[in-house]
Amino acid sequence: MPALEESKVNELEEIARRVRVHIVKSTHEAGSGHPGGSLSAADILTALYFEIMDHKPDEPDWPKRDRLVLSKGHAAPALYGVLAEAGYFPIEELMTLRKLGSRLQGHPHVRTTPGVDASTGSLGQGLSIASGMALAAKLDRESYRVFAICGDGEIQSGQIWEAAMFASHNKLDNLIVFLDRNKLQIDGSTEEVMSIEPIISKWNSFGWHVLEINGHDIDQIVDAVNRAEEVHGEPTIIVSHTIKGKGVPFMEGSLAFHGKAANEEQLETALKALGEKDGGDE
Amino acid sequence: MWEMAKQRDAYGKALVELGRERDDIVVVGADLCGSCRVTKFGDEFPERMFNTGIAEQNMTGVSAGLALSGKTVFSSTFAVFATGRAYDQVRQSIAYPKLDVKIVSTHAGITVGGDGASHQMLEDIALMRVLPNMKVVAPADYHESRKATFAVSEEEGPFYLRMGRSSVPIVTEEDDPFEIGESSLLKEGSDVTLIGTGIMVSECLKAAEILDKQEDIDARVLNMSTIKPLDEKSIVDSAKETGGIVTAEEHVVSQGMGSGIAQVLSESDYHVPMKRVGVPNVFGESGESDELMEKYGLTAEHIVESAHDVLERR
Repeated sequence: MPALEESKVNELEEIARRVRVHIVKSTHEAGSGHPGGSLSAADILTALYFEIMDHKPDEPDWPKRDRLVLSKGHAAPALYGVLAEAGYFPIEELMTLRKLGSRLQGHPHVRTTPGVDASTGSLGQGLSIASGMALAAKLDRESYRVFAICGDGEIQSGQIWEAAMFASHNKLDNLIVFLDRNKLQIDGSTEEVMSIEPIISKWNSFGWHVLEINGHDIDQIVDAVNRAEEVHGEPTIIVSHTIKGKGVPFMEGSLAFHGKAANEEQLETALKALGEKDGGDE
Repeated sequence: MWEMAKQRDAYGKALVELGRERDDIVVVGADLCGSCRVTKFGDEFPERMFNTGIAEQNMTGVSAGLALSGKTVFSSTFAVFATGRAYDQVRQSIAYPKLDVKIVSTHAGITVGGDGASHQMLEDIALMRVLPNMKVVAPADYHESRKATFAVSEEEGPFYLRMGRSSVPIVTEEDDPFEIGESSLLKEGSDVTLIGTGIMVSECLKAAEILDKQEDIDARVLNMSTIKPLDEKSIVDSAKETGGIVTAEEHVVSQGMGSGIAQVLSESDYHVPMKRVGVPNVFGESGESDELMEKYGLTAEHIVESAHDVLERR
């Protein structure tokens, strides 16, 4: 049985589409950034902020809010797009991404951007931060949940496994991690650069509850979190199969757009593919 | 002549008292909780004490997450691991977001002794003082370690608090005031100023006595317990009033407290002769603490020699 009504799915898919437009336009305007890994995480972030998480855009520091640590901090354009859509700051502000004086730093910074819960960007660190937050929730007997999004290449980092051990040892069942399994990192495919498979049995053996979904299927994303909610005494990782550059055909599965923005011509093609005939209204 | 005590014993005791006063104080360790003296806190407040095992990078990140959730976090392990192993985590996860994490290290410096160079952290002041948002405190003795523990808990933001392994002379009084960012005058003097930090404060006092008794040289002694921010006014005033500065630290002479003081003086109006006492830019080795201090240039005699050098150049 689907977790969501079809109309709800359609609504969320439309938000995710707009987020993709923001990603492509804001990185183009900045002249740099990471569109590929932002586009692969866009559906997960949209589902989190528009369906799953309990949060208040008019009170970003609300103590009881659910938290999100974007451990793959280079997907900041996706997070900013979702936060702007949710009302944390004006959508026009997205065009200041990476510019001098902007609140939207190249990688998320908790001190500058309303709605950002942790400073990330140096890969491998976010899962530890999220674990500390989940631990604090337990300590304070608060019911808020902590979500994290890790890149697949990111789990090559040793600190991820330090945190993986820590979270299961401390039974952090209020911690839910999405692994954005887009199969590419900056130097090539993850399996060529440094193989991370078998992912499922690795996390299982570290004491985690492991789920596997299509990370572009909004209903599956919401359903996976519902299932994670029923798990007690173990953190959950949702291995989310995604496509780098998803939604922009010439960026899909492309290494070239891991860390490069679209040029003028590419932007036009991308916006057309995303259903923005007039080039958008930003 | 002085009573001896371990700085980390004072830290462990103060932490327990802090834990009783404030329930938002939490402690994170990385398997060296006994050595760092934080187990007593864990005994009394088991739910507020976390051990990450031998995983300092995770320890630092978990501390960040706790601080982002409203806790004041004491994160403790040996200096070499706290600042070296986890440097990027300290930079990205704690200093950059300016979180309320107190990195309290023990076993700093060459007096670690027998463990040898792998564990004798002599570069930690350099690593921490260069980080934006990070403040650096190195208490001189038992009493100061206690006061520093309370003081850093009261000021929001990241701190690096540096302590050693060995028993060190108690050179301050229990009721002496202690303020972050302020040095204390331990001996008035007009011929030269000896500025020490950490365990070298007692060596400065010994040196001042030697200079006074043997050569009638009247040395001022300052305890620079805060290395960042430096007490610039006292440094410049001392340069002006005594005309020469000797600094002393259990740390490599390049990029330590002495370097910071040299920077202050070079931009002041008082370009007085100066000499920095510390470990040359080398790794240590195994040995007894006192043997190592002698071999690596960290005794009162080395300070006396440096004072002569400064006086000759004046």
